Amino acid sequence: MSVVLRDVVLPLAHFTLEVSVAMSARTTALYGPSGAGKTSVLELIAGLRKPARGSIAIHDRDVTSLPPRKRNVGYVPQDDALFPHLSVRQNITYGGDLDDAVINVLDIAHLLDRGVERLSGGERKRVALARALLSHPQVLLLDEPLAGVDTELRARVLEHLVRIRDEFPIPMVYVTHDLAEANVICEEIVMMEKGRVVRE
Amino acid sequence: MNDWSIVALTLRTAALSTLLIVPPALAVAWLLARRTWFGKSLVETLVALPLVMPPVATGLILLHLLGRRGAIGGWLHRALNVDIVFTWRAVVAAMMVMSFPLLVRAARVAFEEVNPRFEQIARTLGATDARVFATITLPLAARGIISGMLLAFARAIGEFGATILVAGSIPGRTMTLSLAIYNLVQLGRDPDAFRLLGYAVVIAFAAVWIAEATTRRHR
Repeated sequence: MSVVLRDVVLPLAHFTLEVSVAMSARTTALYGPSGAGKTSVLELIAGLRKPARGSIAIHDRDVTSLPPRKRNVGYVPQDDALFPHLSVRQNITYGGDLDDAVINVLDIAHLLDRGVERLSGGERKRVALARALLSHPQVLLLDEPLAGVDTELRARVLEHLVRIRDEFPIPMVYVTHDLAEANVICEEIVMMEKGRVVRE
Repeated sequence: MNDWSIVALTLRTAALSTLLIVPPALAVAWLLARRTWFGKSLVETLVALPLVMPPVATGLILLHLLGRRGAIGGWLHRALNVDIVFTWRAVVAAMMVMSFPLLVRAARVAFEEVNPRFEQIARTLGATDARVFATITLPLAARGIISGMLLAFARAIGEFGATILVAGSIPGRTMTLSLAIYNLVQLGRDPDAFRLLGYAVVIAFAAVWIAEATTRRHR
């Protein structure tokens, strides 16, 4: 199993997240409306939130009490969170060394020496993906990677995501509220509503 | 004592006091900005106290702490044979205490303005807390911290009340610009006092102007 959340409980502002789910496919979509708790699940897996109860395992290793730096996850948040004071090269090598395969798949070689403030929306997404991939994660956590990308660029970013899926053997948990997007990228869909898994 | 040696002593002691408060002020500011802990509001209040207390009252406390019979001064005298009171070290100590709150406040705001998301992502990329602080938090807060250091430096240049109690006003040893101006006015040498006042204004103006410019560029 790639990622398993067992009886995980996390009190949130408007409801309590209560999740038990096993994500075994190479690519799993966490699908549901805004405010369903999808991002919170990603943050729990990444170690950015601590569950009140329950356990989290990545590749059969219990990571519940591990800090984020020891979980070996590649987390791409919805807002990219590219480090604004660093160049693209410095951003993507923050967690690991440059790798031509990643650079080529994401087509960012020409951006390496740019400041991140000079990147377009689609370029930012690709750089954030490269940064996560270069840290050699055991699992890739993508939070709505197409959010904020205009329609024209969506197809290109989606194409890059499919290439990542096909060329790097890293399990992916993909948060989205777009079922069509989930169907293109993912083998398995976990549907969430108000902090609970309603269908797998 | 000529003007230059007074200005030089003032600049030296103010610069040293500012440098010495940087590590503890950044530590306190980071703890106040990023952590919740028991006694936090007490520390917040204690840190701000020198801003609102009469400087001579702070000076009196320092005099008792740093004197040969004081807790800190006594220990320093016995262990290292170092005296503080009525030396340039007392000038630095008074400046440090009086400017510490300004740097803590500026650094705290600067740390709070750093989006915690960047720090979180750095941790998921395998960075230790120390690396996150050195490579993400500190560079992103740098402008605010530099601005705070300049304000602390300007405050140290103008320090008077605490200094006169704990360091006296010894020409060539502890007489800073503020103390020299006071002395000259007492002696009725107003033109000389105004000349020194001019230096003080130029130095303070430059420090505050650079601090403001740094903050403006940040915005």
